[in-house]
Amino acid sequence: MPDASGKVEINCTVNSEARTLHVFPMARLLDVLREELRLTGTKEGCGEGECGACSVLIDGALVNSCLVPVLQVEGALIKTIEGVATGEQLHVVQEAFIACGGAQCGICTPGMVIAAVNLLERTPNPNEAEIRAGLAGNLCRCTGYMKIFEAVVKACQSSSTTKTQRHREEPGI
Amino acid sequence: MKDESEQMKIVGRPVPRKEGRDKVTGQARYVDDLHFPEMLYGATVRSAEARGRIKSISFGGDLPWDEFVIVTAKDIPGENCVALILLDQPYLADEFVNHPEEPIVLLAHPDKYLLEEARRNVRIEIESLPAIFSLRDSVNQKEIVWGEDNVFKTYMVEKGNVDETWERADFIIEGEYETGAQEQLYIENNGVIAIASPADGVTVWGSMQCPYYIHKALLKLFGLPEDKIRVVQTETGGGFGGKEEYPSMIAGHAALLAWKSGRPVKIVYDRAEDMAATTKRHPSWTKHRTAVTRDGKLLGMEIEFVVDGGAYATLSAVVLSRGTIHAAGPYFCPNVRIKSRAVATNAPPHGAFRGFGAPQSIFALERHLNKVARELGLSPEEFRRRNFIHEGETTATNQVINEKVDMEGLLNRAFELTDYQAKQMRFAELNKNSRQKKGIGFASFMHGAGFTGSGEKFLESVVGAEATSEGRVRILAASTEIGQGTNTIFAQIAAEALHLDYDAIEVAKPDTGNVPNSGPTVASRTCMIVGKLVESAALGLKQTLVNCGLLSENYTQPDFERACRSYIEQYGALKSFSKYKAPPGINWDDEKYEGDAYGAYAWAVYVAEVTVDMVTYEARVDDFVAVQEVGKVIHPVLAAGQIEGGVAQGIGYTLFENVVWGNGRMVNNQMTNYIIPTAADIPPIRVFFEENPYAYGPAGAKGIGELPMDGAAPAILNAIENATGVSINHIPLMPESIMEALGGERA
Repeated sequence: MPDASGKVEINCTVNSEARTLHVFPMARLLDVLREELRLTGTKEGCGEGECGACSVLIDGALVNSCLVPVLQVEGALIKTIEGVATGEQLHVVQEAFIACGGAQCGICTPGMVIAAVNLLERTPNPNEAEIRAGLAGNLCRCTGYMKIFEAVVKACQSSSTTKTQRHREEPGI
Repeated sequence: MKDESEQMKIVGRPVPRKEGRDKVTGQARYVDDLHFPEMLYGATVRSAEARGRIKSISFGGDLPWDEFVIVTAKDIPGENCVALILLDQPYLADEFVNHPEEPIVLLAHPDKYLLEEARRNVRIEIESLPAIFSLRDSVNQKEIVWGEDNVFKTYMVEKGNVDETWERADFIIEGEYETGAQEQLYIENNGVIAIASPADGVTVWGSMQCPYYIHKALLKLFGLPEDKIRVVQTETGGGFGGKEEYPSMIAGHAALLAWKSGRPVKIVYDRAEDMAATTKRHPSWTKHRTAVTRDGKLLGMEIEFVVDGGAYATLSAVVLSRGTIHAAGPYFCPNVRIKSRAVATNAPPHGAFRGFGAPQSIFALERHLNKVARELGLSPEEFRRRNFIHEGETTATNQVINEKVDMEGLLNRAFELTDYQAKQMRFAELNKNSRQKKGIGFASFMHGAGFTGSGEKFLESVVGAEATSEGRVRILAASTEIGQGTNTIFAQIAAEALHLDYDAIEVAKPDTGNVPNSGPTVASRTCMIVGKLVESAALGLKQTLVNCGLLSENYTQPDFERACRSYIEQYGALKSFSKYKAPPGINWDDEKYEGDAYGAYAWAVYVAEVTVDMVTYEARVDDFVAVQEVGKVIHPVLAAGQIEGGVAQGIGYTLFENVVWGNGRMVNNQMTNYIIPTAADIPPIRVFFEENPYAYGPAGAKGIGELPMDGAAPAILNAIENATGVSINHIPLMPESIMEALGGERA
């Protein structure tokens, strides 16, 4: 129930950390992340769900956080760009974006990285059409997308190499 | 002799982008990510009329108006004009408004939701005056809306005597070509934060390309001494020209609110405001009249080029200049006349956008030359081969080309890479029985690097290099990193010059309190012009250390570090500055508009392959090959990224991006209905460089950023003509226009 100011309590997990938020129920998740939690890696590009700069994962699903009223995330697991790397260790997608030139001005990059991570979770070895479809909700004005596609392909290759290496390292196999 | 470039260790290598890690982890701080204590949010109340006289301003609604900071023209401490080329544009309209997004009142409040409500409740009564909304109406002086004749600027380029060619010509071919507006659509909207007070002066942080443009504008707005104005660039999420001049406006607005309130003020536009109110690419109209001989040689070119500048002069004069100079392309023609004009309408001012007038005039030329070739019975490629410019020949401005230009070589390579001729034949066969018509086309063009004519001489750009006590080198320049890789290439250039590791070079954040004025980040000048100054400033450090006896000519990185430490211990700070000097033999006559328009040009041939659906009238680009010569490539991945991004913007310009106007206002000012290409729309863009080092560029580099914007539109329309047999001469080309051109009827 809302309190006197109209705010409600929302419990959710953001980047593996349990959070209790006192927020207006219809506040945009984007604003709550950026302003309440100071997680400013998630960007606003258009505010109407077209550009994907505000992409986050809610329970593993890729969403535009500018279109999500915060009351919808009660009990949800949210992952933002700040939760993609493990400490200092970058995610393979992030490393590939640096190596391939997938980030230019960088403003679409957090959303694009989140979308690419989500794509590879759903489709570990996407073909070109799947990459294009998987990233079609994220607009980039700098790269012409070519280097982003390359980065996704490279990330697949490095994650399969990593898996193979792990496999080999296991004793007795 | 070994090629010098083979010995380079850092230039030419794909080193990691300096700020790459911060960008992929979300740690990079853009202006909207910054929060200052006690900060207010600012909003702009704009005109609702395209042209008129302000009668009254009142504050309605049930709102606590006394909580709001309110600024009008009367609160301006200095001069009410955005200092740029002319001083015609006010920061806040006082008596008259000249376009429908003209700022009139500024508001600030700690609650941005209440602020938005307040913005909607400011009532501005305007007595409307007749307005004009098209380039044609402006040229015809249907109404005079600027100066005495609606004309911001004219140029006349005259080479040989074009009037004498018409009689001698075997063919005279005419054509008219039009291009529409285009929104830069950087994904980060314009934004700034300002703090200001009479005691401390004004400081702004923001998304920008040109810190010193803002510095100059704020000096006039506040009437303060130079050291009381400080401009700091925050991480900038794309510019493409859209953050060249406009940030002076929004920075002034935030600073005025901060000045009046004594508190930090943030103004960040939302997408709708950014698209509607800020600058776009100039719409254009071009008319060609061309005299040719029967054997396909150009005899005379008469070109009339007009751009719509919107309500105020802003940068239209220089956009027009670049468009004018590029209008005759990379061809040799003995007689050329180019007459050009930038005219006023009652739309928000059009401004800088990658290419800066050249994409417009090159579109016209490269469509027109296909028409000329067709009338001569030659293939487009054969006609161009007979007229390409060569070393020693002169451009339209009588500039003798002193570099080894090889347009034939670029054309041949582009044709090989696309299997051009075989494809053309195959498509002709396939198209006979298909609803999908395939075609292939190309454009050949050049783009001058750096400011036009005497521009670089007047700018007198300066770059500094500073040694740190750890023996690292910090580059001091006002050139901004806006995604294109400034930080990275500057570090590469300096590291290469000093034989140091790439990681030993830092690039200072552009802050007018700390870096010299190395000029604006525009005009494909950052690498070639400013990069050269980086190189010489860096070498200056070494020279000082050598002259002091602290370093020998052959040194290792630890030697260099030790020498820097010793110098700083003995003498204090070690800095070296380098100022622009024109390369020898560069001469430009501003009066006659004649001479060496640019120090160097990038040269290119782009090929597009398209499919046009004869039922839906959609045109799709299936493959795109971009072959260019940009001197030495400093960073292969960044350079290819520039080309791919520019081509994608060019594809958008051609087939997707339609600014819909309603009485001078952009009415589709949303990403929902102003469409830019997505990952699903873009064809493979295949990029190839020929390298021909330029003697006066850093490590041999020329400019690159704008070039790729020039070629896509004409290449695609030439391909559509090849596919359908129908000649279309305007962009953006929406399916409904294709339908109309192909004689289709609405179902």
